[in-house]
Amino acid sequence: MSLRVLMFGWEFPPFSSGGLGTACKGLTDGLSQKGVKVTFVIPKASGGTSSVSSSGAPGIQLIGADQVGDMKVIEVDSVLRGYVNAEQYHEHMMTVLNRQGHPATSLYGKDLHQEVLRYAEIAKRIALLEDFDVIHAHDWMTYQAGINAKEASGKPLVVHVHATEFDRSGDNPNQAVYALEKMGMERADRIIAVSSYTKGIITDRYGIPPDKVAVVHNAVAHNHNQEHRPPASINDGMKTVLFLGRITMQKGPDYFLYAAKRVLDFFPHVRFVVAGSGDMERFMIDKAASLGIADRVLFTGFLSAEQTEQAYRMADLYVLPSVSEPFGITPLESLTNGTPVIISRQSGVSEVLKNCLKVDFWDIDDMASKMLSVLKYPALENQLVDDGRQEVSRMSWEDSAEKCLSIYQQVRGFP
Amino acid sequence: MVDISLYFQVHQPYRLRRYSVFDIGKSRDYFDKKKNEEIISRVAKKCYLPSNRLMLDLINETDGAFKVAYSITGTAMEQFASFEPRVIDSFQELADTGKVEFLSETYYHSLAFLHSQDEFKEQIRQHRKMIQANFHQTPSVFRNTELIYNNAIASLIEKMGYKGMLAEGADHVLGWRSPNFVYRPAHGSIPLLLKNYKLSDDIAFRFSNHSWKEFPLTAEKYASWINAINGNGRVVNLFMDYETLGEHQWAQTGIFKFFRAWPRLVLKHPDNSFQNPGEVATKHRPEAGLDVPQLISWADLERDLSAWQGNQIQDAAMKELYAVERLVKASKDKALLDSWRRLQTSDHFYYMCTKYFADGDVHKYFNPYDSPYDCFIAFMNVLNDLIIRLKTGRDGQISDGQVTFTTEADADTLPVNGFMISGEPSRGLGRSR
Repeated sequence: MSLRVLMFGWEFPPFSSGGLGTACKGLTDGLSQKGVKVTFVIPKASGGTSSVSSSGAPGIQLIGADQVGDMKVIEVDSVLRGYVNAEQYHEHMMTVLNRQGHPATSLYGKDLHQEVLRYAEIAKRIALLEDFDVIHAHDWMTYQAGINAKEASGKPLVVHVHATEFDRSGDNPNQAVYALEKMGMERADRIIAVSSYTKGIITDRYGIPPDKVAVVHNAVAHNHNQEHRPPASINDGMKTVLFLGRITMQKGPDYFLYAAKRVLDFFPHVRFVVAGSGDMERFMIDKAASLGIADRVLFTGFLSAEQTEQAYRMADLYVLPSVSEPFGITPLESLTNGTPVIISRQSGVSEVLKNCLKVDFWDIDDMASKMLSVLKYPALENQLVDDGRQEVSRMSWEDSAEKCLSIYQQVRGFP
Repeated sequence: MVDISLYFQVHQPYRLRRYSVFDIGKSRDYFDKKKNEEIISRVAKKCYLPSNRLMLDLINETDGAFKVAYSITGTAMEQFASFEPRVIDSFQELADTGKVEFLSETYYHSLAFLHSQDEFKEQIRQHRKMIQANFHQTPSVFRNTELIYNNAIASLIEKMGYKGMLAEGADHVLGWRSPNFVYRPAHGSIPLLLKNYKLSDDIAFRFSNHSWKEFPLTAEKYASWINAINGNGRVVNLFMDYETLGEHQWAQTGIFKFFRAWPRLVLKHPDNSFQNPGEVATKHRPEAGLDVPQLISWADLERDLSAWQGNQIQDAAMKELYAVERLVKASKDKALLDSWRRLQTSDHFYYMCTKYFADGDVHKYFNPYDSPYDCFIAFMNVLNDLIIRLKTGRDGQISDGQVTFTTEADADTLPVNGFMISGEPSRGLGRSR
């Protein structure tokens, strides 16, 4: 009998805005390849029609349960979503309620924390209805759901740490989020960290014994058509350097901007593209202006999956200047699209990717110097692409899934 | 009768510092003095000084029956002079015994033969003068950088009047033949001494390898392997890096004890003797011709040139470097010429090798860079600074005080003080993939 996993996430392509959705997709695809039956539970705000549970169980606000390939997806009516703070949560909830025509009573939690707990209550009931062997919860918003499911079912819990509050907020973590993370890690039977870098944070900042934490690096999905598609460089004599990610403190967009200034002082024929959205967008636009490089820095806003691929292809160089990056799949995607990368050493991806240039995010001079070197020496650019692409082609989600599978078997207590 | 010829390579490159794009046109400080000094001092202490002491003892204790040859590069000698002059004294002491031969090679341990014969010969001359001045002997046997060899190199070396030359006893060249005889090139008569790579690498690479079936390698066992050649070979050429002693194989592995013991055990056999390469080349008539049209070397498993050339960054760097040869020589600027030649040292290209990089590997040894790409960047930035110096004259003043950065796109409007761009001829902005 194949192993069954009840998985809790909070985003999944095509409805995702960050790396977590991509990672969940890659991992569940890999697990399906290995014959693991995954039931993926995900929050999704309903469109306003009455919430009817497809399983018919009373009291569970499900939007539906669908079979997506080999995976069963259960959508829970919730306004939980990734990468939001308390204020943004409220804003988002009001938008959803507007769309639903302001029902008399809102079923959603009045704040983010309440909604996390409400979602976790629903999780408990799902756990009683579904058949599974292991619970797997991705990131802090689902840890409580995982704990509840474990209590209801008696099945072992694996929590998967894709990011911690210290990555998102530096040295001023939100205490409620921190507490939820710590509890999830403590109550879990095993913890998966996306890198040794993240494992270090888990042991140092959350006081978890190292042998409870396994490292499973992310990978990248391979689309074999990509190899044959030409680059989409803009042939106007300008070079293009790309930043792509959420425009938040964690991602280091400001360091990218300071390095851009340094590059442009030296060599003006470069445009810098900042793709993504986030709470530092305003700051970035103002900063580009005050540095006097506003005409060289283009902001694209949030990009769809297809636009993202286009952006990689258009660029001559991709830079990941993250201050704290638990993993960072984007450099792998960039190489898959034939664009060389410079990555922050303060990242998990730097543990698995060798054929690239590495910088400390704070070392603006080094970052600028390396950017210029790639733009200036075509042999270097070509070599980085050829070697990097080859290296990335050897990474596979199936390998990551294989590691998860052996962790499932360990927590179940038999091979 | 078996003549054992033992030769050690002694070489250290001038490693480059992390010379950034922003240093171009502003700094002539190309080399990492601190790192180079650190490595020279460390290796002097762990290898050169104790090993020279050991060799001297062996010569004295065997009344000169033990002999040894060295090939010491100019870049190593210069750095000994700067950082560890005792090392030179101890080599001179060895030279004074009359039992030590110094071989000929390029002063800068370069790959010049592949790119410029004039430059190759000039570097050999410079090296010969250095050996004469320091050790009062004139080298008569040539060994090319990393034992790089083919018919054409042999023919040139023969014309230059050498009486012998070293090469790798590579399987793909020898086939069924044994390296334990003296050969000659297919179209020449210069005696060729071929490395017995099995017996050499048993020491250099396998000595401390616990998973090797012959571990631990005792002096008795090693001497018995050499004795076994009696009857089916005339020479045994043991060629290795000197750093094998104490650096690649740490003192704790017992390498010094082993080296103190095996030569004496070998000498107990009345048919064995130590002979230096010059003596072997004089004494033995070549037994057969060896046709080597392709380039071979002693590096990596491939025994070819793929450690130094073949990837895009290595080839671009090499091409740009030799493209300015004429200009560098026309400048009559000695400091500039010397810097340019230090860039020719093969190690820089070795550090740019990407073939095993993803696996993390042997090219890391003494490698000061994070990656092959970082080596390329430092190298090209330094070369671009050199080019600016060439174009601005000896004072190094850039006329408009500005460094102009150009790309391939505007290569045809390259300003006089602009950067040269590496790589293939301009093909616009698109990459080759």
